[in-house]
Amino acid sequence: MKEQPILQIQKLSKQYGKGCIHCQGEHVQLEKNFCPVCKTVYACRDISFELYRGEILGIVGESGSGKSTLMKSLYFDEQITSGIGLLEDYENGTANIFEQSRQQQRLIRNTILGMVYQNPMLGLNMDFSSMSNIAEKQIAAGNRHVRNMEKRSLELLDHVNIPLFRSKEAPRNFSGGMQQRVQIAKALSNNPPVLLLDEVTTGLDLSVQADVLDLIKSIQRELNISMIVVSHDLAVIRMLADRTIVMLNGQIIEHGLTDQVLEDPQHAYTQQLVYSLL
Amino acid sequence: MREVPFALLDEQSKKEIRRAILKGVAIPGYQVPFASREMPIGRGWGTGGLQVTLALIGKEDTLKVIDQGADDSVNAINIKKLVQKTTGVETTSRTQDASIVQSRHRIPEVPLTKEQILVLQVPEPEPLRAIERSEYKTKRYHAEKEYSGAYLMLFEQIMRYNQTSQGADYPVLVNGRYVMNPSPIPRFDNPKIDSNEALILFGAGREKKIYAVPPYTNVQSLAFEDYPFVVEQFEGKICRETGLSNVFLDELTDEKTGETYYLCNDTSYMKEVLARKVAVK
Repeated sequence: MKEQPILQIQKLSKQYGKGCIHCQGEHVQLEKNFCPVCKTVYACRDISFELYRGEILGIVGESGSGKSTLMKSLYFDEQITSGIGLLEDYENGTANIFEQSRQQQRLIRNTILGMVYQNPMLGLNMDFSSMSNIAEKQIAAGNRHVRNMEKRSLELLDHVNIPLFRSKEAPRNFSGGMQQRVQIAKALSNNPPVLLLDEVTTGLDLSVQADVLDLIKSIQRELNISMIVVSHDLAVIRMLADRTIVMLNGQIIEHGLTDQVLEDPQHAYTQQLVYSLL
Repeated sequence: MREVPFALLDEQSKKEIRRAILKGVAIPGYQVPFASREMPIGRGWGTGGLQVTLALIGKEDTLKVIDQGADDSVNAINIKKLVQKTTGVETTSRTQDASIVQSRHRIPEVPLTKEQILVLQVPEPEPLRAIERSEYKTKRYHAEKEYSGAYLMLFEQIMRYNQTSQGADYPVLVNGRYVMNPSPIPRFDNPKIDSNEALILFGAGREKKIYAVPPYTNVQSLAFEDYPFVVEQFEGKICRETGLSNVFLDELTDEKTGETYYLCNDTSYMKEVLARKVAVK
C-alpha cells in the first residue's frame, strides 16, 4: 500500500492584483511572473507537491521565483488566491487547511507546523528572553503551566546548543547563528510533525552555516520530522534534501530526487542553475 | 455669548457617548471606539473619565472624584469644580454618599452598591499594546480571542523576577471572553471588579475608547496553573493613623526621623475610620 503524504498541496496559486483578460484564461501571456498589461503579479501558479513523513523536501529557485511566498502561504502568513492543502494530522487530511477559520489556522500553526524565517526579526520577539520566545508557542497552544514550559524551553535551548546561562537574555544580544538556533528551538517547542525552513542559512558565515545545517540534519534524524527547506543555495539543498523542487517565475519547472535533479538536470533553467556554481 | 450647556457637552455628544457606554455594557470588556471631544483639561489628565461622567450626570447626582486614593489632589479638585460649575450637582468625599465616583487609579475601599457608578480614567486601554503596536492586529487578536501575548508578558516577568511584577494595569478576563486592562489600579483592587454590585465604566479620552463591566460580571485576573494571581502583600504593616491592615497602604518616610511608615491610601476612608474612632472615644 502506498504511503499517505503528511502534506499535500494541490494547485496552490497566489496573485497580487486582480488580473485581466490578458493574464487569465487559457492563453496566459505573462512577462516572467507578472502581467505586462495590468501588472498583476503571479507569485505562485498551480503549485502541487506532496511531503512524506520524515522526508526533507528542498525548494530552489532564484530570487523572486515564489519560494518564500509559498512558505508564507503554507504558514498562513499570506492568504492564498486558490488551492488545496491537506495535512494528515489535521482532520485526517480531509479538510482544506486554507479554507479554515483564522482560529483553526492558528491552531494548525501552533500545533502541527513550525516555521524558521530567514529574518529572525520575523520569528522572534527581540525584547523578550529566549525562554519566553520558545514558551510563546506553548502558551499559544494552551499550556498554562510555567514550570513545565520553562523545563521544555531549557531542554530545547540545550538541544540547539545555546548556553543555558544565556537563556534569560533577549535574542537581540545574540549572533545571527544563535538567533537562528533560537528560532529552530521555538519552531520545535510543540513537537510539530512538519517544519518549514525559509533560507535559514542566508546571511550567516560558512562555519555558522555548517553548524546550523548539522543541527537541522540531526534534529530531522532524531525526531523524524518532515521538513520543507527553501534555499537559493544548491549546496544547502544537496546536503539536506531527499527530493527537490525547482521553481521559476512562480511555477514548478522540475522536481525529483535531489541527486537526480542536481546531477542530471532536464530543464534549461535548472541546467543553468546547476552549472552556474562559482 | 452662548450659554454653556448642562454638563459642558452638547446633547448630541452626550448621546453619542451614552451609546458607546450602552454598547460597552452589552459587550462586557469590549473596547468601544468613540469620538473623544476636546476638553478643558489636557489629554492624559482624565478626559475619558470626565466625558463619561458628563454624559451620565444628572441634576440629582452626587459626585465624588478620587485621584490615586486622594479626594483633595489638584487634579481631583479641578475635575470636581468643572463638573460642579457646569451642572450645579453636589460633590462629596464620602463614597457611600456618591452616586457617581470618578476615579484615577483606585477603587474605593468602601464596597460600592448597585445605586452607584464607578468611572475609571484609563491612559492605555489596550492590554496587548506592550506586545503589539498595531491596532489592526490587536483588534484581530480580540476578535479571535487570541490572548497568548497577555500570558507571555506575565511569563516573561516570572522568568525575570520569579513572580509577576505587574503592579498596575494587571490584565483581567471579563465574562470569559475579553481580556481587559482594568486601568492602572493596583493589583489589590482587581478582585473588587469581580461581581461588583456597581456598574464600572472605563474612559480613555486620548485613545478614544470606552468599555464597561456591568454589575455582577465575572472578572478574573490572568494567572498560570502553578502561579496563581496574588495581590500586593502588606504583611505585618498597618496604617499608622487608623491601625487598619486589610487596606491598600502607601509607604511614606517620616522626614524628621527617617522612619518608614504606612498610611491608608484611600484618604476619605481613612478620615471616616478616624472620625468613628473619635466618636467612640
